Amino acid sequence: MGKLERISPCAGLLPVSIGGLTVSEIDVGQITSVTPFEGAARAAIDRAIGLPFPAPGQTTGDAGHRLVWMGQGEGFLLGAVPDPNLGAYAAVVDQSDAWAVVALTGAGGADVLARLVPVDMRLRAFPVGATVRSQLGHMNASITRTEEDTFMIAVFRSMAVTLVHELTTALEAVAARG
Amino acid sequence: MRINCPLCGERDRREFYYKGAAVALARPGRDAGAQAWDEYVHLRENPAGKTHDLWQHEAGCGAWIVVVRNTVTHEVYETALAADVKRSMGA
Repeated sequence: MGKLERISPCAGLLPVSIGGLTVSEIDVGQITSVTPFEGAARAAIDRAIGLPFPAPGQTTGDAGHRLVWMGQGEGFLLGAVPDPNLGAYAAVVDQSDAWAVVALTGAGGADVLARLVPVDMRLRAFPVGATVRSQLGHMNASITRTEEDTFMIAVFRSMAVTLVHELTTALEAVAARG
Repeated sequence: MRINCPLCGERDRREFYYKGAAVALARPGRDAGAQAWDEYVHLRENPAGKTHDLWQHEAGCGAWIVVVRNTVTHEVYETALAADVKRSMGA
């Protein structure tokens, strides 16, 4: 039997740097979806994760151990392996291989996303730690501002090429304006 | 047209999927009879004005939402999570 090699979703596609902005792939470690059962004790869930479960549009923790709100009643734990006891309070699913995750870094990232995302991504409306589920082009995406000049963008792994294409086109268009 | 998602806030209409009249939340009982079931499955109001719809924030948080809107002016009066509406109906 042949030896299987692990290939990251954006292998060979990134990094891309245009006009002072860079798109690079990030390895966030294990990605685990956490969907608390109805009526489950929030305190027990927070204890098992080691982070408070975020309100809609919010994240908790930081790089290496982050909990990102991913939709109604769902959060993604990035970077940490969850306590096995969490399964008593929530549906816990390893989704590590299902997502392409990239960082858009540099000044003016919001101008690039303004061409792709129908949500206000400017700092005053979308501060550090804020997250949205929305569309990037025609792709469903999760977008989080992890630092003042860094957006973390996650789409389904099968969309990696399209994601890089869309971002590259938008980066070129913004750079062309000077 | 913009719809106020109870979880995400005001969002563009392109993020939402339209299902139809919110009558789907009022499913008749098993033994409600042929008449009630026929109306539930087939009969819909077609108002020029205020209507209650089910929409899903498909490209957003995934929540099903009851949207009260005006079919003539496109004004959206109010929105609520379908789960909350269903609970308040006592089902």
